[in-house]
Amino acid sequence: MSHLPILSIITFLPVLGAFVILLSRGEPARTANTARWVALITTIVELVLSIYIWGNFNGSTAAFQFEEKTNWLGFGIGYHMGVDGISMLFVVLTAGLMPFCILASWESIQTRVAEYMIAFLLLETLMIGVFAALDLILFYVFFEGGLIPMFLIIGVWGGGRRVYASFKFFLYTLLGSVLMLLAILWMYLYAGTTDIAVLLKSAHFPVGMQAFLWFAFLASFAVKMPMWPLHTWLPDAHVEAPTAGSVILAGILLKMGGYGFLRFSLPMFAGASHTFMPLIFALSVVAIIYTSFVALAQEDVKKLIAYSSVAHMGFVTMGIFSLTHQGIEGGIFQMLSHGVVSGALFLCVGVIYDRMHTREIAAYGGLVARMPVYAACLMVFTLANVGLPGTGGFVGEFLTMLGTFRVNTWVVIFAATGAILSAAYMLYLYWRVIFGRLVKPALQTIQDLSLREFAILSPLVIITIIMGIYPNFVFDVTRASVANLVHQSQMALAAQPPKLAALGEMAR
Amino acid sequence: MNSLAADLYTLLPELILAAGAMALLILGAVRGESSTGVISWIAVALIAASAYFSFTGPDATAFHGTFVVDAFVRFIKAAILWSSAACVLMAQRFFADEKTARFEIPVLMLLATCGMSLMVSAQSFIALYMGLELQSLALYVLASIDRDNVRSTEAGLKYFVLGSLSSGMMLYGITLIYGFAGSVNFGAVAQVVHGGALSIGLLFGLVFLIAGLAFKISAVPFHMWTPDVYEGAPTPITAYFASSAKIAAFALLLRALMTAFPDALHQWRQIIVFVSALSMALGAVAAIGQTNIKRLMAYSSIGHMGYALLGLAAGTALGVRGMMFYLVFYAVTNLGLFACIQAMRRNGKPGEGIYDLAGLARTNPKLAFAFAAMMLSLSGLPPLAGILAKAYIFLAAIDAHLYVLAVFGVLTSVISAYYYLRIVKIMYFDEAAPAFDRDIGWAGAAVATVGTVFSLLFVINAGSLIAGADHAAKVFFR
Repeated sequence: MSHLPILSIITFLPVLGAFVILLSRGEPARTANTARWVALITTIVELVLSIYIWGNFNGSTAAFQFEEKTNWLGFGIGYHMGVDGISMLFVVLTAGLMPFCILASWESIQTRVAEYMIAFLLLETLMIGVFAALDLILFYVFFEGGLIPMFLIIGVWGGGRRVYASFKFFLYTLLGSVLMLLAILWMYLYAGTTDIAVLLKSAHFPVGMQAFLWFAFLASFAVKMPMWPLHTWLPDAHVEAPTAGSVILAGILLKMGGYGFLRFSLPMFAGASHTFMPLIFALSVVAIIYTSFVALAQEDVKKLIAYSSVAHMGFVTMGIFSLTHQGIEGGIFQMLSHGVVSGALFLCVGVIYDRMHTREIAAYGGLVARMPVYAACLMVFTLANVGLPGTGGFVGEFLTMLGTFRVNTWVVIFAATGAILSAAYMLYLYWRVIFGRLVKPALQTIQDLSLREFAILSPLVIITIIMGIYPNFVFDVTRASVANLVHQSQMALAAQPPKLAALGEMAR
Repeated sequence: MNSLAADLYTLLPELILAAGAMALLILGAVRGESSTGVISWIAVALIAASAYFSFTGPDATAFHGTFVVDAFVRFIKAAILWSSAACVLMAQRFFADEKTARFEIPVLMLLATCGMSLMVSAQSFIALYMGLELQSLALYVLASIDRDNVRSTEAGLKYFVLGSLSSGMMLYGITLIYGFAGSVNFGAVAQVVHGGALSIGLLFGLVFLIAGLAFKISAVPFHMWTPDVYEGAPTPITAYFASSAKIAAFALLLRALMTAFPDALHQWRQIIVFVSALSMALGAVAAIGQTNIKRLMAYSSIGHMGYALLGLAAGTALGVRGMMFYLVFYAVTNLGLFACIQAMRRNGKPGEGIYDLAGLARTNPKLAFAFAAMMLSLSGLPPLAGILAKAYIFLAAIDAHLYVLAVFGVLTSVISAYYYLRIVKIMYFDEAAPAFDRDIGWAGAAVATVGTVFSLLFVINAGSLIAGADHAAKVFFR
């Protein structure tokens, strides 16, 4: 293990980049260019660093690695960083998507470029911090802090109803999170520490307290995820956000909710997680089926993908709360693949939006005639979103259903219906945008992918397919940690007083 | 050293302020209005000297336990004296710009500061009242110092009438307490209250005392004067009300309840819980409709007093710690914000409408950033300073089993986030209004910078302040 504080470096390097942009002076056009390049170089360095950490990560143990510990606030609240099999790949996902976001904004963002890049770099710091933090207060600071740059990204560089969307996004998420803050404080008072590693090992919260804590954390993560019926901020935020903002939102911010369930709800409140499993199943199934139908009816490309995200997150919550090894690994995989695929889909929408400046599905049609390369790329992502075998989308969906099947057959039957619906709305979208005859006059001169756009999309195509045919590179990292998580949750459940177990049986 | 000399030495920081103020008054009377700048500087030097002796002096009591100096006093005084010095410098610039500079302003501020220092050290009801009135009388005059301005005189008059009323109520409460406890000394009262059995007279006295002090910290339902006075008073004076005066009154309330009525916690907690919840709610809701930034800040301050009271309601060392921490955060941030508000001048005229801020991010990015950082910090968003202040308050509330109040508190903080965000929205999303004047004066710039840097970076090194507050809070729990 290296002695460099590598996680702190990867977390706070973007702040340094933001500073460099802040200090650059000169005429507007030049500072804009400097900002773009600095942001791109910083994010690429971040990606390299994250891959370096991944390369040195030991997948055979569930212990936290690359740990760093120093004093911070005192009285049991410290600065503690570290990654395990659950968080490792989310760090890589975050660092991996950021360069694409910067590249996607290269030409489409022309106003206040320096501020835009600063906001993105700060956002990267906060996102990586969420996944690397091993202290509850530290986690909360990163988790909530991400709201500010995202609020600005939607509000300053967004579309027509950007103000409404940014406020809705902000207040919704804040409302969920403050309840989690109270829960964190309560845990701190009970355990005397906010160190996650310590809490995971030794905290056994009483049954009644667990239920409250579980719901407080649910309030935060269910909004973030988002789970039905708390998802309504997502379509608005997605539609109004600039392309790169949507990518981050769908690719990473939504994953924080799932990560939170895995990191806190399952191991720390095992009893409550078990008791309320049917509730999560019900919400997940409604999310999968209902939002799929809603997606089917959308006229706006981004909104359609946003609703499909809600449906896919339904699979994630279902898998995670099946409390089985397959379900949890499937949930993690689904989050990672959805991060790549939905990010890529939003990038694809950005490509045609930059040309036509509309997101109306009806404004397109027959694009394959003038944009064959684009059509091919979009097809891969569409099929991945459908969950076709051979793409990343399949593995996660299949594993979550397999895991849940061992617990509850009915839930899986409904969820599988949703999988069919996802094929319906995605293929219907693809058909309306790409196929048909190219009759609309505005589309007659539309250009295929530029070199920059091709450079953005092609790596994502490759990653999507690799995730489909060789998913083990993910499981090699997660296996030990997930096994430990399942074991821990079972042990905690076995040690629960019979009252809760009876409650759980009744709830079934 | 004989005992009188020792007593006077204990009060040296206050003596410096009082004697200095009188000397400056003579200097001003002799040299005329042209000496305002010099007098401001000497005032700041006196505050610095007072601070120096406050921090180097030992723990002591003076005049038979009428005044006390301990870690709590030092902690609170640090905040008060810093705010006062900042306000004196901001005021110098402001009144020079307005061409209404008067040498009485720094002198009055010195006297008010002296009153605040006495309030913080007060260990008996007589000392409490003396400090409070010295502070209040100076503040009444300061609120209406812009004599030819109708709003300023109205603010002064309102403040005076309502302030007198509250002083009267408090005095009535103090007489009841004296009558039923047989002493004005906090320690002696505490012995009478020992065991928690409160006679009906003492209970009435306690209620009137709290009502009078709630007025001074502008807690609901004694808040009505706040928006008008905040709006009408000259900006640096408003800043002074919002920072030093609030902290001093809060420290006084805490000291009186914690040392004179520690065993009556369950009686006064009911009142404080009620006042705290109402203040949080009103602060969150009423500010939404405001378009004058100073009125908005007034309602915001009512809300913040509600949060700080939550710490008092807990009545534990954790609560006191959280409250002290909160007051420091609140004072530093508020001062910075008022320095920014003072910078909202267009063509030499002060602007106060929130829509004057439109598009500030384009015309003056630094000012907009300072505004945004401090507004978001007040709303309690990480990673800015406010979240830690709020977290320690809620921590104490949960620890004291005030669960409902804690949940209520976070919900109101979400509501209040709306109007803080709206300021950010106006500055960052809207089309630009004409630019403000560039030159805002170094004092305002410095205060705003301190507030901004505190908001941004405090989270990194908060441990030392928390440890300090923790140490000071233990004073009440020995």
